Amino acid sequence: MADIMTPALGESVTEATVARWAKQAGEAVRKDEILVELETDKVSLEVAAPADGVLAEISAAQGSTVTPGAVLGKITEGAAAAGKPASAATAPAAQTPKPAPAPAKAAPAAAPVLAPSAQRIVAENKLDAGALKGTGKDGRVTKGDALSVLEARAAAPAPAPAPQAPREVHEREERVRMTRLRQTIARRLKEAQNSAAMLTTFNEVDMSGVMAIRAQYKDVFEKRHGVKLGFMSFFVKAVVHALKQVPDVNAEIDGQDLIYKNHYDIGVAVGTEKGLVVPVLREADGLGLAEIEKAIAALGKKARDGQLALEDLQGGTFTISNGGVYGSLMSTPILNAPQSGILGMHKIQDRPVVVDGKIEIRPMMYLALSYDHRVVDGQGAVTFLVHVKDAIEDPQRLLLDI
Amino acid sequence: MAQYDVIIIGGGPGGYNAAIRAGQLGLKAACVESGPTLGGTCLNVGCMPSKAMLHASELYEAAGKEFATLGIEVSPKLNLPQMMKQKADSVTALTKGIEFLFKKNKVDWIRGAGKIAGPGKVEVTGDDGKVVTLEAKNIVIATGSVPSGLPGVGVDQKRIVDSTGALSLPEVPKSLIVIGAGIIGLELGSVWRRLGAEVTVVEFLDRITPGMDAETAKTFQRALTKQGMKFKLGAKVTAAKAGKANVKLTVEPVAGGAAETLEADYVLLAIGRKPYTEGLGLESVGITPDKRGFIETDHWKTSAAGVWAIGDVTLGPMLAHKAEEEAVAAIETIAGKAGHVSYGLIPSVVYTAPEVAWVGKTEEELKAEGRAYKAGKFPFAANSRAKINHETEGFVKVLADAATDEILGVHMIGPNVGDMIAEYCVAMEFKAASEDVARTCHPHPTRSEALRQAAMGVEGWTMQA
Repeated sequence: MADIMTPALGESVTEATVARWAKQAGEAVRKDEILVELETDKVSLEVAAPADGVLAEISAAQGSTVTPGAVLGKITEGAAAAGKPASAATAPAAQTPKPAPAPAKAAPAAAPVLAPSAQRIVAENKLDAGALKGTGKDGRVTKGDALSVLEARAAAPAPAPAPQAPREVHEREERVRMTRLRQTIARRLKEAQNSAAMLTTFNEVDMSGVMAIRAQYKDVFEKRHGVKLGFMSFFVKAVVHALKQVPDVNAEIDGQDLIYKNHYDIGVAVGTEKGLVVPVLREADGLGLAEIEKAIAALGKKARDGQLALEDLQGGTFTISNGGVYGSLMSTPILNAPQSGILGMHKIQDRPVVVDGKIEIRPMMYLALSYDHRVVDGQGAVTFLVHVKDAIEDPQRLLLDI
Repeated sequence: MAQYDVIIIGGGPGGYNAAIRAGQLGLKAACVESGPTLGGTCLNVGCMPSKAMLHASELYEAAGKEFATLGIEVSPKLNLPQMMKQKADSVTALTKGIEFLFKKNKVDWIRGAGKIAGPGKVEVTGDDGKVVTLEAKNIVIATGSVPSGLPGVGVDQKRIVDSTGALSLPEVPKSLIVIGAGIIGLELGSVWRRLGAEVTVVEFLDRITPGMDAETAKTFQRALTKQGMKFKLGAKVTAAKAGKANVKLTVEPVAGGAAETLEADYVLLAIGRKPYTEGLGLESVGITPDKRGFIETDHWKTSAAGVWAIGDVTLGPMLAHKAEEEAVAAIETIAGKAGHVSYGLIPSVVYTAPEVAWVGKTEEELKAEGRAYKAGKFPFAANSRAKINHETEGFVKVLADAATDEILGVHMIGPNVGDMIAEYCVAMEFKAASEDVARTCHPHPTRSEALRQAAMGVEGWTMQA
């Protein structure tokens, strides 16, 4: 019997949710065949069969939470599947060579005995009875034991709101569990809002300069570098340039201190089916436009394929979010904590603008910079955004570093 | 020379239970008892005969005073010799029961006075003066206690009696003075009051039943007073002079003031008991009892190797069930098992009517410890069964930790509470919270429901009062 184990999930990731089993108990599996998909706070990952044989037992059902090293299931090595591979609908257990023992039989030996009061506290507060330590006779869990767990939970740094009974789902409504990714997004966005003194400054940029360069060199560029010349590379360049001018925006708060970062790792928000992820473009200050375009394309593909590794997501110093691809004209992005700034790009729209005393039609984009006012003051934020605007409107400034 | 694993000196509740447990565990055991029967003070001249008299006298009084209200018209006539005889018969049956249990568990009963004669040796002097020496790997001292004396008050067992004498008075006194408002004095005082004596209790302290929760003691004293018992608290007896038909007592207020003379047919001296360790040969193994005569022990082991002590000769409450508990623990320890006594959970019971029972800490003790506690109280007047039975006096009081809700003490006065306290003994042994009892189904209609309602009261949800 070979155990299917939960692999290491990466730095600072302690648990994962079982997203999907590709096989049913009783089905034949081959070594290295993908058996189960796990979701962590940051990425999803696949676990392959450690041996040839039959999937004998699924220990961690879909939706359950596992920690690294936890057994997900068992494979009877070398065994052939009994009869036809189980179709998903038929009772898979019946075909399991060695049926998993009913959990009810195995459990009582380990389950602690709870006093009636402790039972109530566990039920009302949805505590994990298995995790309670009993100080009563023969390890029984007393009311005091249950209360101390409650107290510890109440004293935890981020007190969870009192659990509410799930509300009834009405007709034409559907209850869907939030994925881990969604939960993490929700939590982190709220954390950012709760900790940072966040506000947004706006500007607009005339895209005609960049668009002209793009029109002129599009084909040559693609031929030469094998990647399309987009606007994002210009913005990354412009942002790095602006960050160098206004280092506060590239800093973060650590306790009583500020940490200034002289490396420029730019997170580029990418929309995927499951939600927004922000892979990081490393050392962006050392990259040319072509390298930036290639790197962004690679990260975007990885994100859409669900192949992003944890390292791809960690350690950004500033983030660019482009709501324009969905048509957004104006928005106030939320910081990606602990970063102190995020640039919002928007839809390019032809608008009448006054140029040299005359009204002209120009391709315009609104820019938004949300920043942590604890780190960046108003002047810095506005200066930063003006730098970005200037560099986009006149890309030669990037060349001259002015 | 007979060789034993364990020789137990004393055949009372400590000794006989130790002997039985030793037999059960396959130890070769002997129990040395100097009295003519097994059972010690408890069975012969203590708990058992007093309960026989309490039961009979309670019914006698009820027949005369309460039956009429139930629609039963009788004029009871006391037959004291018969009452004494039924008491003696019960006691005999019980002591024979111990003999049977000894045989069943292959324990030798050695008749005679036991004395330690050096390590591993016990000398037994029989009634005929013959001395036998026995050898044992372990000697357990379980010689119990005897009534304490009081300077100036000479017990003659005729007019001035101790608890033993008070169980066998030849007549119902017209008047009886009880010296000492402890459990024994109040129980035996109640017996004779019910049978017709005028009873006055003289107590040195300014309260009755020291050690009892103060609120409970106050309620108890009120109940006894209502029944006709008189109390003279804060009074010190300095002299007693027995005449042919009466006793004259000299009593002084403890606070100071003029002495007075009290007169009664009989005087019962019941100011407590002292350990019985004289003539035991303790010096032969180097054991020196403390000033009051107690043998100090560490988990029932004395300072001498192979010598153990349990029951009234050791510190702690002088109660048969405490001795029994220690007997089991000591023998199990001797047998290599994990003997254990929960000293904080030894219940106390006063078998009067109403009964009083308690276990754990009193409110006074909790306050002195500075422990935050919550109290729940339920009166028997609100209990349906008690009401039906016209026994509405008293209450149940539950004290629980303010934070963890663990039950810390239970104090009850009322009908049958001596039996019902066992529920809380079990609960507390399991470290139960008051809520655990509050959430345990109790049969209706019973007086035990009052126990649950009081537990509910700790968290403020008593439903029936």
